[in-house]
Amino acid sequence: MISIEALNHAAGTTQILHDITLTIPRGGLTALIGPNGAGKSTLLNLIAAQADVQSGRISVDDLDVATTPRTQLAQRMAVVAQRSDIASRLTVGDLVEFGRWPHSKGRLTPYDRAIASHALEVFDLTNLSHRFLDEISGGQRQRAFVAMAYTQQTDWLMLDEPLNNLDIRHARGLMGELARLVREENRSIVIVLHDLNHAAAWADHVVALDAGRVAFSGAPDQVLTAEALSTLYNAPIQTHMIDGRKVILHHR
Amino acid sequence: MSGSRIYGAYALCIVSLTALALLSVSIGVAQFDLRQLFTNPADLELLLLSRGPRTLAALLTGASLAVSGVIMQLLVRNKFVEPGTTGATEAAMIGLLVVTLLAPGWPIFAKMLAACITSLIGILGFLALSRVLPPTQPLLVPLVGLIYSGVLGAGVTFVAFQTDLLQYLGTWLNGGFSGVLAGRYELLWIAGGVTIAAYFAADRFTVAGLGPTTSRALGLPYRQVMAIGVTVIAIVTSLVVVTVGLLPFIGLVVPNIVSRLMGDNLRRSLPVVAAMGAGLVLFCDILGRVIRYPYEIPAGTVFGILGGIIFLWLLLGRRRNA
Amino acid sequence: MPNMRIVLLAVLLVIFSATFLIWGLSGRIWFILELRAVKLSALIVVGCAVGVSTVLFQTISGNRILTPSIMGFDALFILIQTMLVFMLGGFGYTQLPQLAVFGGEIAAMVLASLALFTLIHRRSRHDLQMLILVGVIFGLMFRSMASFLQRVMDPSEFAVVQGAMFASFGGIDRVELLLAGTTIMLLSVGILRWASLCDVVALGRGPAQSLGVNYNAVERRLLIVITVLVSCATALVGPITFLGLLAASLAHALMRTHRHILLLPAAAMIAAIILVAGQALFERVLGLQSTLAVVVEFAGGVLFLILLIQGKIR
Repeated sequence: MISIEALNHAAGTTQILHDITLTIPRGGLTALIGPNGAGKSTLLNLIAAQADVQSGRISVDDLDVATTPRTQLAQRMAVVAQRSDIASRLTVGDLVEFGRWPHSKGRLTPYDRAIASHALEVFDLTNLSHRFLDEISGGQRQRAFVAMAYTQQTDWLMLDEPLNNLDIRHARGLMGELARLVREENRSIVIVLHDLNHAAAWADHVVALDAGRVAFSGAPDQVLTAEALSTLYNAPIQTHMIDGRKVILHHR
Repeated sequence: MSGSRIYGAYALCIVSLTALALLSVSIGVAQFDLRQLFTNPADLELLLLSRGPRTLAALLTGASLAVSGVIMQLLVRNKFVEPGTTGATEAAMIGLLVVTLLAPGWPIFAKMLAACITSLIGILGFLALSRVLPPTQPLLVPLVGLIYSGVLGAGVTFVAFQTDLLQYLGTWLNGGFSGVLAGRYELLWIAGGVTIAAYFAADRFTVAGLGPTTSRALGLPYRQVMAIGVTVIAIVTSLVVVTVGLLPFIGLVVPNIVSRLMGDNLRRSLPVVAAMGAGLVLFCDILGRVIRYPYEIPAGTVFGILGGIIFLWLLLGRRRNA
Repeated sequence: MPNMRIVLLAVLLVIFSATFLIWGLSGRIWFILELRAVKLSALIVVGCAVGVSTVLFQTISGNRILTPSIMGFDALFILIQTMLVFMLGGFGYTQLPQLAVFGGEIAAMVLASLALFTLIHRRSRHDLQMLILVGVIFGLMFRSMASFLQRVMDPSEFAVVQGAMFASFGGIDRVELLLAGTTIMLLSVGILRWASLCDVVALGRGPAQSLGVNYNAVERRLLIVITVLVSCATALVGPITFLGLLAASLAHALMRTHRHILLLPAAAMIAAIILVAGQALFERVLGLQSTLAVVVEFAGGVLFLILLIQGKIR
């Protein structure tokens, strides 16, 4: 369980998060949704210890994010950032193997290599493993970073808009794979999503942020209503049931 | 920016330049009293032969360097370049060095012409180089400029070293106005003239700064404007190197300050750029004369420190209100 | 095979070193050999310092075109040296024990560069463009300040610092060589223990932190190592701007790996080879004196531009 208490965050003079208190359950896929600038990425980065907590407290299971050594956190939680520019020329295979760093500190055992090559398979990257990161497409690179986080083999997986740049097949495949990790390997996942239909289809839990505050949270079937979403995004949004699934329409 | 504020800025420039010029004329080792100008012939002579030319040289140099800095930035479309950091100055030195070696007897004007031609080639070389850089990395441009000018500079040093001209080179490296007398700075008037001519093409440069696609879409002969700009920079650079030596930073610092204060529309800002360049250079020259009186510190050295501080303050200070 | 290439580099370095020592040996053999050995050691340790510090710097800045000297590190060292002479006077400076001067200069340098780096970093943490620009300007400013102080000081004091202003492999001071050389070699070998940590740091702040690296602490430590290496090299021979760029680019191009355990020794050896071979060529073949640094600048710059145009550096 991730528990967040009285979290405030400011960048310069701009307040980004206002007094957020929230719990994210273990063993599920939690989607963070909300309009641009609502503070989704900031919240995710704070949970993932990518930025320092200014006031308030965040704990992941029993670990306080602010005081736990990074090495220990990295064995509990893996992160995929929204944008990762890497200066060194790495192959996809190299990058994914780096996921074992928190465990092996650079000396890879056969077990580490096996996990890395399994990750390549899972994310459809085996054919690309010898290609350099700057020679593949944005979507392929995105998948490589997800595969690296997967290789970390952590209880928690935090992903910031991982569907960016992905085509329909790979977006669907990634979401399906994440759902499988939750179901079969009992992992917990927090994911920032813009596509509400993916949230409706795959999430077990939804947290909606608006202007740095929690607008609503709960099970997708209950909270993703036309009314709540229309208010959240300040745009007309309808929901329909098709073949027993909730579909969210907003295009016109 | 409203019209009245612009005229206010212009007025401020004129007033401060006049004040600096008067100050500059009255400071120096020899006795000088402005009030006795017309009663004491020695004072008049001093003004006409030494102090006056020196003040004018500083003003002309500062104005033309600042303006050529702006033009360079618009042509390369990068705020962080100037002729001194992109090889133009070093290329001018190559021309000077070659003429000094092969035809030492040539008049100064011919030397200047040779410097101008090599400087032109140097700038074209840099422009060609900046074209092949990936546009996704704007910071590469100033860096490549530094390396390019470093390469040309190393070439100059090597040749000078092998031909025992290192000392000669040293006089160009530390730009200063202590050697300026009547009869030894007049070439700078050409730089001033070119700068004024550039003002009449100000709109064209502004549009060219938007890039080839946009400027062609607006019906501007892009190549022609580029050619004019490159020529202006080459003439100014070579003239300044020949007459007073290297003065780094001015073309970088002044345009950036002015751009922050009043934007990039050259028609409006060019006079202020020229005035601020002139004022800063003259101020540094005065400072260099006063600090270790009666000895002198070259204006280029003073500006290297002062300009650096101003520029860093601008760069780092911006974060605070961002 | 990157491992083979490392061996090849080592063999090349040995061959060039031997050539440098033995070629054209005649007359008072032992005397000349000793002179040459001192010079050779200086060339090798300086190459080592420049190569290692540049690769490390590029790793923490996440950029292949930045080097400590482009960011003004060696200019800062010269400024500190000049300030020291200025405050103590030329006589006082030469009277101090060399160990104290050396240690003091390096300590001052580490403090100053950490302070500057923190200042710049706090203001422009994720703005690389800003970081570079500020560094370049600091470099130009330090040079101006140093030359300003030199203008203001006595000519006799000026002579003391003048030697430090231009790179030269002539008159190497033996005590200085021993001090700087030992420091450089210890640091360069010691840093190999962190090689795989450097591999992770090269991924950038975000990924490295999510892999459990305490990025800020590692960054600060690497910065100290870099600063000490640059100080030692600059103290020995003066500033050489583009050697690091050249060596690091060649190391990356030759080794084609991200692993620092290979990159660091490769860059160190490439820099040393360039210096030793260049000096041999200059002294023995062309009969030119002490302009090697200028030619390294020239060749380094040209090669860098060529690599850039060919798209080898991005």
